Amino acid sequence: MLCPDANIRNMTEYIIRRLMQSGLVLVAMSVLVFAGVYAIGNPVELLVNPMADEAERARVIASLGLDRPLWEQYLTFFKGALTGDLGKSFVFNVPAVGLILQKLPATIELAFCAMFIAILFGIPLGLWAGLRPDSIPGKAIMAGSILGFSLPTFWVGLLLIMFFSVQLGWLPSNGRGDTVNVFGFEVSFLTADGLSHLFMPALNLALFKLSLIIRLTRAGTREALLQDYVKFARAKGLKASRVVGVHVLKNIMIPIVTVIGLEFGSVIAFAIVTESIFAWPGTGKLLIDSITSLDRPVIVAYLMIIVTLFIVINLVVDILYSVLDPRVRLGQAQGQGGH
Amino acid sequence: MTTAAVQTPFQRIATDFARSRLAIVGLLMLALVIAIALFAPVLSPQNPYDLAQIDVMDSKLGPGEKSMAGKTYWLGTDDQGRDMLSGIFYGLRISLGVGVLSTLLALSLGIVFGLSAAWFGGKVDTLIMRVCDIQLSFPAILIALILLAVLGQGVDKIIIALVTVQWAYYARTVRGAALVERGKEYVEAARGLGLSSTRILFRHLLPNVLPPLIVVATVQVAHAIALEATLSFLGLGLPITEPSLGLLISNGFQYLMSGKYWISFYPGLALLLTIVAINLVADQLRDVLNPRLQK
Repeated sequence: MLCPDANIRNMTEYIIRRLMQSGLVLVAMSVLVFAGVYAIGNPVELLVNPMADEAERARVIASLGLDRPLWEQYLTFFKGALTGDLGKSFVFNVPAVGLILQKLPATIELAFCAMFIAILFGIPLGLWAGLRPDSIPGKAIMAGSILGFSLPTFWVGLLLIMFFSVQLGWLPSNGRGDTVNVFGFEVSFLTADGLSHLFMPALNLALFKLSLIIRLTRAGTREALLQDYVKFARAKGLKASRVVGVHVLKNIMIPIVTVIGLEFGSVIAFAIVTESIFAWPGTGKLLIDSITSLDRPVIVAYLMIIVTLFIVINLVVDILYSVLDPRVRLGQAQGQGGH
Repeated sequence: MTTAAVQTPFQRIATDFARSRLAIVGLLMLALVIAIALFAPVLSPQNPYDLAQIDVMDSKLGPGEKSMAGKTYWLGTDDQGRDMLSGIFYGLRISLGVGVLSTLLALSLGIVFGLSAAWFGGKVDTLIMRVCDIQLSFPAILIALILLAVLGQGVDKIIIALVTVQWAYYARTVRGAALVERGKEYVEAARGLGLSSTRILFRHLLPNVLPPLIVVATVQVAHAIALEATLSFLGLGLPITEPSLGLLISNGFQYLMSGKYWISFYPGLALLLTIVAINLVADQLRDVLNPRLQK
């Protein structure tokens, strides 16, 4: 056992090491992304009128800073990045970061709704499958979750459009619909029209996480049912609903909440696919559009923002883990990374 | 000769595998898919990429409709008048080829890095595993997108992207299994005989860490195929000259709203059946090859 003082020192050391590691990853990623993205294509061909003469071309190249060496462009970019300036979009001629922040609420709304659907249905279905694994509904739920893992997201999106928009004509297949301004952010879920636009993309994005939560909840429930505290609660004569609702649920929530937190970043990444299918005007669609039009500052800004987001999420989760479980940082101190 | 008494490992695996009817169905489906992919040019009613064989007059015909020349298109035609069935056969070939090739390359890379990490330990191990950790903390689709945004389109580019997102899984699996094997007596014996590291690693250790790898690799082929389809659907994967299933689906997407569902639907169905077949086989393989479940 460590004494409390040494423990705190150990902890601080771990957090500092982890912070430095994150900073290093971020810088490495920025170099990779920048060097890579600026090596493809030639935006001059896209942005300069093909009829323009040499002088005009040179003027545009100079105004975009494309005539300087790559490392100099990167330094300018890095200095800017520290102050939140990642360059101007070649296409829209507005700051790239601003463009992404403007689209971000739509993506966040979609991601939250998807997570909400996944949790709302995933936990009860998983509990059911865990409590009655051999019943027909229990098996059906598991079969459904396997399908949810196997089906490619984009194809499910197409099926949804085929069914709800084309065959039944119930739901619109693209856009956000009417939005309401809440605290300066436009949101769709407060209007009927917005909800009808939101439903399919959110469901589409939710399916994978829904399957994941069903499996986690089922596994957790089956494990918890064998534990002494559940047997004891039953022996005390508690109602089945109380045993499940309080004793089982409370104990399986810890891993589920952790996974939900960790998966949030990946929902935002997967939103790229869903947004492209349903023409949802979020950051993912912006990224794909920017890749097609070689709008490099926007690609770089998007990637930097999402990479930062991931690094922050991972850092927070790691630190929380090491607070909860000292074995994590001890294991690292002994240089036994991995699993 | 007594046949039943001595079973080769292969016979045992085959018998165990056949216990699940679902797995047999999966295996048959997979065999069919592979056969179609291999013999697409022979099986297809037409070569969909031979301009002499297609007629724009036949474009967007529904499933079962007849062409001007009286041929029946069982799954309809696309906007260029190509037979969808033939398009799917050729598409399977590309999707499966890219999926399998990228998995094999990633597997080799993963084996080399995983074995090195387990064998040498220390700094080599820490470095390799840190890179794995960092990479696995990002979703595969994001890494693939970054790479393709950087590299551009092409079969080679998509294979690079798929290999990059996959190798870490194998490296981790190999390292885990190899760490267990490293302490066993046969490795000690091989060392005692003075065999070289390379020989011990590849001739003695590797065969013993293969079972878990086969399972991971089977599942990963399905993932690779789905990921390639997704990227191609987004217009970032394969170029239009290499029409995989994902590209076919993407091509049909624009006609979906006018009710011409078959251009997207059937390639998607083929994709789904392929992925489900692989997953069914992988599930059973996992049980069969898991020593903990063997009596």
